[in-house]
Amino acid sequence: MTAITEGLRKSVEDVGAQVLGLVRGLGLFTEFTGRVIFWWLKPPMRLKLLFDQVYFVGNKSLFIIGLTSMFSGAVFALQMYLGIKAINMDSIVGPIVAISLAKELAPVFAGLVVAGRCGSAMAAQIGSMKVTEQLDALEVMGINAHQYLAVPRVVGATLSMPLLCAVFLLVGNFGSWLVGVKVLGIDEVMYFQKLSDFMKIAHILEGLIKSAVFGLLIGLIGTYHGFNVSGGAEGVGRGTNLAVVWGMVTVLVSDYFISSFLAHIL
Amino acid sequence: MTDAIRFDRVVKTYGDATVLNNLTFGIPEHKITTILGFSGAGKSTIMKHILGLVHPTSGVVTALGQDMAKLTDLELREFRRNFGMVFQYAALFDFLTTFENVAFPLREFTKLKESEIKTKVHELLIAVGLTKEAFQRLPSELSGGMRKRVGLARALALEPKIMLYDEPTSGLDPISTQMVCELIQETGKRGNLTSLVISHDVRASLRISDHIMFLEKGQVVEYSTTEEFKLSKNPVVRRFLEL
Repeated sequence: MTAITEGLRKSVEDVGAQVLGLVRGLGLFTEFTGRVIFWWLKPPMRLKLLFDQVYFVGNKSLFIIGLTSMFSGAVFALQMYLGIKAINMDSIVGPIVAISLAKELAPVFAGLVVAGRCGSAMAAQIGSMKVTEQLDALEVMGINAHQYLAVPRVVGATLSMPLLCAVFLLVGNFGSWLVGVKVLGIDEVMYFQKLSDFMKIAHILEGLIKSAVFGLLIGLIGTYHGFNVSGGAEGVGRGTNLAVVWGMVTVLVSDYFISSFLAHIL
Repeated sequence: MTDAIRFDRVVKTYGDATVLNNLTFGIPEHKITTILGFSGAGKSTIMKHILGLVHPTSGVVTALGQDMAKLTDLELREFRRNFGMVFQYAALFDFLTTFENVAFPLREFTKLKESEIKTKVHELLIAVGLTKEAFQRLPSELSGGMRKRVGLARALALEPKIMLYDEPTSGLDPISTQMVCELIQETGKRGNLTSLVISHDVRASLRISDHIMFLEKGQVVEYSTTEEFKLSKNPVVRRFLEL
């Protein structure tokens, strides 16, 4: 009986410790976000560093975004076609895929790719700078490390994500057209007719707004885990891992809340 | 002799642990002073207080006559430009070349033209004994001794009044150690700088310092000229000297 009580007590303690850790982490992340926003608004804005980040997050992700979007659009068109062919509605494959891409698939998939590729890199770069005293060197010189390292990365990711989302949408729709029209034989005129009938600017706008928010969150999470690295190379690995996991989880969780918010205003 | 840095009854605690225990001392201007001590004696905490990275629990730290705790964050950042710091492992920015590392503070804080920056960086790098082949190398392509030299050149770029060295000879071979020691001495004399070295390298400290302070458990055990320090009868100091 005592062993059972003890085991139960330990389980409750473990859960409590995890909840406390999560709350504490959330508090620290909120404080970090406030600090980044404070330094974001303060001059100087280092444009070269910002362009470097837009290039890194945006341009350097183009190939992988292009590849994933092409096949996402293609497979989605194929599955839709197989599902609705029986009821003779195959001409609406185009708008279904396009609206899904615009509202959900493009921002979420682009977010997941950027969280994996860039969130991890941000955490690793800043983390390794921390363990080799490079952040201290910046501070000793009188340069705020948050302003110099976090702000360009966060702003860069926020600006790049809508661009990547737009590329995802464009290439994804190309993949859908390629499979739908050229492989499965959907009538091309009907395909585009239905597309223009159902697709609205608001759908695209929703995806672009979402992706900008995802970019902001991925940038903040990546840099936060970089700044909080401790304990050498192992710590850098741990920070990188956390940046990827939390970046991806945050994209998926925040997607619902942003969607429900945008549903009221768009 | 005026003090460039002063600690007055400084206490620093972290939770229950007292890291600096009622410390009072001054670091004289235009001299090389070394703080020696075992690991955990509080040497790095002293350095952080001087730079205003942490503030004392009680007591006052002044540098160049300025109470560090009274500066706002922005004033502190401005004030830190009076300091040049050479880190234990140089802390060079690994995404910048040797040249760019030294040019970095000049680009951030001065309005010098690119041609003037180029001239100044070349002068600094040559002064610390680096050849032109090293100028475009990344820190990962430099030896430990070369990295320290680049770190020194970068620290000198803004012509600081006080130079801080954190374990400058740590991890270096004897020849590099000797070279770094000579550089610290030359730099101090040439720029009429106040130099503060944090170290546990007894031999190097005896070679370069005008004054030596020995710290143990957050308290000053011995503080004297180098010659007097060598003759200290304090048992802890003697044990350290004989290691």
